[in-house]
Amino acid sequence: MATAFPIDAPSAVSTANFVNIGERTNVTGSARFKKLIMAGDYASAVEVARQQVENGAQVVDVNMDEGLLDAEMAMTSFLKLIAAEPDIARVPVMIDSSKWSVIEAGLKCVSGKPIVNSISLKEGEAEFLKYARKVMAYGAAVVVMAFDETGQADTKERKVEICGRAYDLLVGIGFLPEDIIFDPNIFAVATGIDEHRRYAIDFIEACREIKLRCPHAHISGGVSNLSFSFRGNEPVRRAMHSVFLYHAIRAGLDMGIVNAGQLDVYDAIDPELREACEDVIWDRREDATERLIALAEQFRGKDAAAEKAAEEWRGWDVVKRLEHALVKGIDAYVVEDTEEARQNFARPIEVIEGPLMDGMNVVGDLFGSGKMFLPQVVKSARVMKKAVAHLLPFIEAEKVQGQRAKGRIIMATVKGDVHDIGKNIVGVVLQCNGYEVIDLGVMVSWMDILKSAKENDADMIGLSGLITPSLDEMVTVAQEMDRAKMAMPLLIGGATTSKVHTALRIAPAYEGPVVHVLDASRAVGVASTLMSDTQRDAFVEKTAADYAAVRLAREGKGQNELATIEEARANAFPLDEAQKAPAPKRPGVHVYGDWPLEDLRDYIDWTPFFRAWELAGNYPAILDDEIVGESARSLFADAEAMLDRIIAEKWLTAKGVAALWPCRRVGDDILVHTEDGEITLPMLRQQIRKREGRANMCLADFISSDGDWIGGFAVTAGHGIEAHLARFKAETDDYSDILLKALADRLAEAFAERLHAHVRTELWGYAEGEQLTNEALIKEQYRGIRPAPGYPACPDHSLKPILFDLLKATDATGITLTESFAMLPTAAVSGFYFGHPDSQYFGVARVGRDQLDDYAARRGVDLETAERWLRPNLD
Amino acid sequence: MTNKSEAAQRLREQAAQRILLTDGAFGTMIQSYRLEEKDYRGDYALGHDQKGNNDLLVLTRPDVIDEITRAYLDAGSDIVSTNTFNANIISQGDYDAVHLVREMNLAAARIARKAADDYQATDGRPRFVAGAIGPTNKTLSLSPDVNDPGYRAIDFDTMKHVYRDQAEALLDGGCDFILIETVFDTLNAKAAIMAVLELGEDRGIEVPMMLSMTITDMSGRNLSGHSVEAFWHTVRHARPLTIGLNCAFGADLLRPHVQVLSGIADTLLMVYPNAGLPNDLGQYDEQPHTTGGLIGEWATSGLINIVGGCCGTTPAHIKAMADAVTGHPSRAIPKIAPVTKLAGLDPMVMVG
Repeated sequence: MATAFPIDAPSAVSTANFVNIGERTNVTGSARFKKLIMAGDYASAVEVARQQVENGAQVVDVNMDEGLLDAEMAMTSFLKLIAAEPDIARVPVMIDSSKWSVIEAGLKCVSGKPIVNSISLKEGEAEFLKYARKVMAYGAAVVVMAFDETGQADTKERKVEICGRAYDLLVGIGFLPEDIIFDPNIFAVATGIDEHRRYAIDFIEACREIKLRCPHAHISGGVSNLSFSFRGNEPVRRAMHSVFLYHAIRAGLDMGIVNAGQLDVYDAIDPELREACEDVIWDRREDATERLIALAEQFRGKDAAAEKAAEEWRGWDVVKRLEHALVKGIDAYVVEDTEEARQNFARPIEVIEGPLMDGMNVVGDLFGSGKMFLPQVVKSARVMKKAVAHLLPFIEAEKVQGQRAKGRIIMATVKGDVHDIGKNIVGVVLQCNGYEVIDLGVMVSWMDILKSAKENDADMIGLSGLITPSLDEMVTVAQEMDRAKMAMPLLIGGATTSKVHTALRIAPAYEGPVVHVLDASRAVGVASTLMSDTQRDAFVEKTAADYAAVRLAREGKGQNELATIEEARANAFPLDEAQKAPAPKRPGVHVYGDWPLEDLRDYIDWTPFFRAWELAGNYPAILDDEIVGESARSLFADAEAMLDRIIAEKWLTAKGVAALWPCRRVGDDILVHTEDGEITLPMLRQQIRKREGRANMCLADFISSDGDWIGGFAVTAGHGIEAHLARFKAETDDYSDILLKALADRLAEAFAERLHAHVRTELWGYAEGEQLTNEALIKEQYRGIRPAPGYPACPDHSLKPILFDLLKATDATGITLTESFAMLPTAAVSGFYFGHPDSQYFGVARVGRDQLDDYAARRGVDLETAERWLRPNLD
Repeated sequence: MTNKSEAAQRLREQAAQRILLTDGAFGTMIQSYRLEEKDYRGDYALGHDQKGNNDLLVLTRPDVIDEITRAYLDAGSDIVSTNTFNANIISQGDYDAVHLVREMNLAAARIARKAADDYQATDGRPRFVAGAIGPTNKTLSLSPDVNDPGYRAIDFDTMKHVYRDQAEALLDGGCDFILIETVFDTLNAKAAIMAVLELGEDRGIEVPMMLSMTITDMSGRNLSGHSVEAFWHTVRHARPLTIGLNCAFGADLLRPHVQVLSGIADTLLMVYPNAGLPNDLGQYDEQPHTTGGLIGEWATSGLINIVGGCCGTTPAHIKAMADAVTGHPSRAIPKIAPVTKLAGLDPMVMVG
C-alpha cells in the first residue's frame, strides 16, 4: 500500500516487458549443468532450475543437445522431474533443441503451454509447416530462427524477409500471431572482419521492422553471441551486452537469454568503455573496433580490479554502502550494514525511512529510465527485504508490552501482482503504531481476502498493487465485498492507484467506506481516524463527498478601457514587408489519409496530458515530482501502454489536410484567392487601450495588402475511437475511457505540430533546414503561427465552416462540424498558417459595440448572430 | 478442406439468444434404479463382477439410460451427453470389458442421438449430443510413486490412442461434439485434444470440442496443479466450442472460478457443478430450488452460456436451473486482445 517504489512499476518502461529466459539448464550454455546431467545427478540439476526461477527467470530454457547424451531421454527425464516441483513448474518451459525428435519428446511431458525453440525454413516450407502444425496441435508457442534454404540471415533485409515470410506462412495455417517469436540471429561484432561491422545495427533495425511487419509477434535473441570476440574479458562483454540491450529492447527485442549477473547498469559502465561499445554497436567510426580492442586491454583483468573495487566500497560510510548494496543487488553484507545503521539512528524505523528508501529510489530511477533490467531490480528488492527483516524484531520490541492493538488490518497485494515492498513498509509503520497487521502476502485472491477478514473479525482491509491490472483486481475485491454485504473500510494504496482512480472506479463498487491512502505517512492517520468513534463518521462522509466531487468534476468541467475601433486600427501592428514569406514550393491542397501514428508519438506534448488528469507540473520534470511523481509515472506508463496498443493495433487513424493559398489583406479582412473567387476571412482586433509602443493586434496585420500567402489545416486522430470507447463503456471502465480520449487529443495536437513542421520545411518551404527538438517545438521556437478559430487570436468559432469549405476538410479528413462549430471526432485541431516571422499569438479579449457592428457587416450576418458568436468577447 | 460443423454453428446461434441447459448426473440416477449384477452383466460372459460398471448399461439396460436421457430432455436440457465417462480401454480394463469399448460408445451415442432427435422433431427446438470422454484413472503429469517423481504410469502417445478410439466410436454413433470432461490432469487433456484434432484432420471434418476442468482444491487448481487461467492458456489451441468447469464443488464454491474463466475465455462457457458437497454418507443433499437459486444469480451476473449438473443432480435440479435462467441474457463473449499467453502451473502473459 502506498509508499510506492517506482521500481515496482514494470510497465513504466519497455525493459519491463522484456521476458527473461533462464539458460542455466542448458547443456550447451552451462558447463556445470552439463556436468551434472552427464553424471546423471538429476537431483542437483533440478536445483539449478529452482535457483534460476528464484532469481527471476520467467521462462526456463531446457536444452540437452550434447553429442554424448541420449538427448530425448535426458529431456523427458528432466522435464518430468521439474514437473513435480511447483516452485519450478509454475513458470513456462522452453523446449530447446535442434532436433525435432527431442522437441516432440519434450512436448509430450509438459503440462502447461510451453515454447518450442526452434523451427526454421532451413529445410524448406514443407518441413517448416509440418513442424509448425505439430507445434499447434501440442498447443505451444514457437521460436522461429531467421534461417532459410540459403542460410542464416545476416543483413537487416534478409532477417526481415525471412521472418516476414515465416510469419505469413504460419498465420496462413492458422498459427496465432502472438504465439510466434522470432530469433533474428545476434552475431558477433568487433571481430575485425568488415562484413560483421553492421551486425548489431542490422539486428536492431530488423527488430524494428519485424515488429511493424509482423503484428503481435515477439523477438528473442541470445545476447552473448554479440561479444564472442572478447571471450575471457568479462568486463567488456558485460558492457557490450548492456549497451546492446539498451538499444535492442527499445527497437522491439522483448525476450532473450540474459544472465542478470552478467549485465551492468547502463549508467554505471565506465563512460569511455560505454562510448567505445556504442561506437562498435552503431559502427560509428572506422576505427571503432580497434579502439574497443585497445580499451579492452585496460579492462582485461578488471575482474581482479573489480574485486579490489568490491573491497573498496566496504570502506565507504554505511549509508553509501546500503545504497551500493541495493543498486548492485549484493546481499552479502546487508545485515551487518543494516545493523550498523540501526545503531546510528534513534529508532530502527528511521533506517527504513532514510537510507534504505533512498537507495531504492536510486534503483527506481535507473529502472524507470531503462538503465536497469527487471532481474536486477528483483535482486535489489531481495536486498531490501533482508534489511527490513533484520529491523523488524527491533521495531516489534519498541512497542509497549501488553498494549492492546488499536485495530486489526488485513493487508494484501491483490491477485496477479507480486509487489509487496511498499505494502510491507506500510505494514511495518502500522505495527510500529500499535496496529495488528495480518499480512496475506502477494497474489491474494479476493476470496482469501474476504475469508481472512471475516475469520479474523478485521477492522479494515488494505489493498496494495503496483502494476496496472491490479486496479481492476481492486475493483473486483470491492465488488465482492459489496456482494458479501461487508461494511468495513477498504484502504487502497500503491503506485498505480490514485484518488481519481479510487473515486471513479473503486468507491462506486462498494457501499462501505473506501479511502485512497497516498503514502505510508498517511496510513496511520487514516487508520486511526477510521478507528475513532468520534471522527470516523465525519471522515467517511467527507471522503465520500470528496470522491463524489471528483466524479462530478469528471463529468463536466476588473476591467480595462477600450479604444474605439478607429483608434485601435490606427495602432495596428506595422508589417515588415521585406520579411514577407516567399511563395510556397507546393501551393494548393494536400491530403494525408493515414499519417503514421508512430511518427506522431515523438511530437506529443505531455504537459497538457498531465494537466487533464489534475497533475500539476511540466513534463518531464513532473515524473520526478516529489508529490505527483509516482502518480504521473504510473499514469504515464498506462498512457504509453495504451499508446503502444493504439499504434500496434491501429485503434486510431490520423487524417489531415493542409493547404496554402495566395491572399491579400484589406483592412481587417484577409481575402483568400480560390478558383471560386475571393473568400473573405474577417478578423477581430484588440481594442483594449495599450501602453505606448504596444500595438492593437489583428491577425490581418500579418498579411501584406500587396499580395501574400496564407495556409489552413485540419487534422484528427479520432477516427476509430468510438468502438473502443463503447467497449470501455460496456465494461464501465471510465479510466480507460478517459485515458483514450486524452491520448487521442494529444495525438491530434501532435499531428498539428507535425504537419506544421512539414508545411514549414516542405510545402511552404520557408524553413527548409529547420531542425528542432520536440522541446523547442513545444516552446514554439519556429517561424510562423497556426491560430485556430475559437481561440484567443481568432475568437469567432464561425470561421471554422469557412476554413472547412476552403480545405474541403470534411471530404479530406472526415471531420464534421456540429451546429455550434464543434469538431467531430473531438480529437481534432484546425487553424490557419501565418508565415511572417513577426506573426505571433495574442488574445483579442474584449471588443466594443463599434467593432461588433463593423464585424457583422464584414461577416455578412445580422447583428444578433454576430453578437451570439462573439458573446465571450463582449461585455 | 475441413468441413465445418453445422451443429457447432447451431449451438453458437442458440447460445447467443439464451442460456442453454445441458444435462445432469447419470450415476445418481442409475443408483435410483437399484440395479443388480444381472442387470449390469446381461448376456455377456465377462470374467469380472460388472455391478457398478455403469457404462456397460448402454448395452445391457439401454432402456434405463434412454429413460434417464429423456428425463433430462423433459426437464429442459438442450444438450444431452452420452453415458460413456468410463467407456475407454483403461477404465474397462478393470472390468475385463476392453473388447466392448467400441460397442459401448456406439450404443451410448445412438441412445442419446435418438432421444435428442425425437425431442427436436416434437417441438422444433434444436437438441445436441455431446460424446463424453472421462479422464481415465491414469495421469500423465504425476508420478504414482512418491519415491520416484520422474516415473509415469502411462505415456502421452498411449493416452492419445485411448482417447482417439473412444472419440471415433462416439462420432460414428452420431455425436455432435466431443466433451472432454472432468479434466484433473491438464496433460491428459492435451493428449485428448491432440487425438480429436488428428481425428478431425484424418476425416476432413471439424470435430467441435467441449472442455471442462475439475478443480480439486480450494485454491482453484486441478490435480496437476494448474490454475483455471493456466488451464485456459494451455488448452486454447483446441479452439473449443465450450470451455468450463464441472464436478468438485457446488455452485456456491465454484462461482469465483466461474467468474475468473468468464472474464478471460473468448468462447462459450459451460459449467455443471455438483449438487453441493456430499454429506458424511457421500450423498448430495442440495435441493433443486437451492441449486436453482445459485444458478439464477450466475445468470443475473451474466457469467454463463450453458449450465447443467454433475454429481448428485437430477432432472429436478435441471428443471430448477432452466426456470432460474429463463429470461436472462446469455453471457457476452469477451473480446480478448491478441497477447501471448503461456503457462506453467501459473498463467503467464507477454504484453508486446
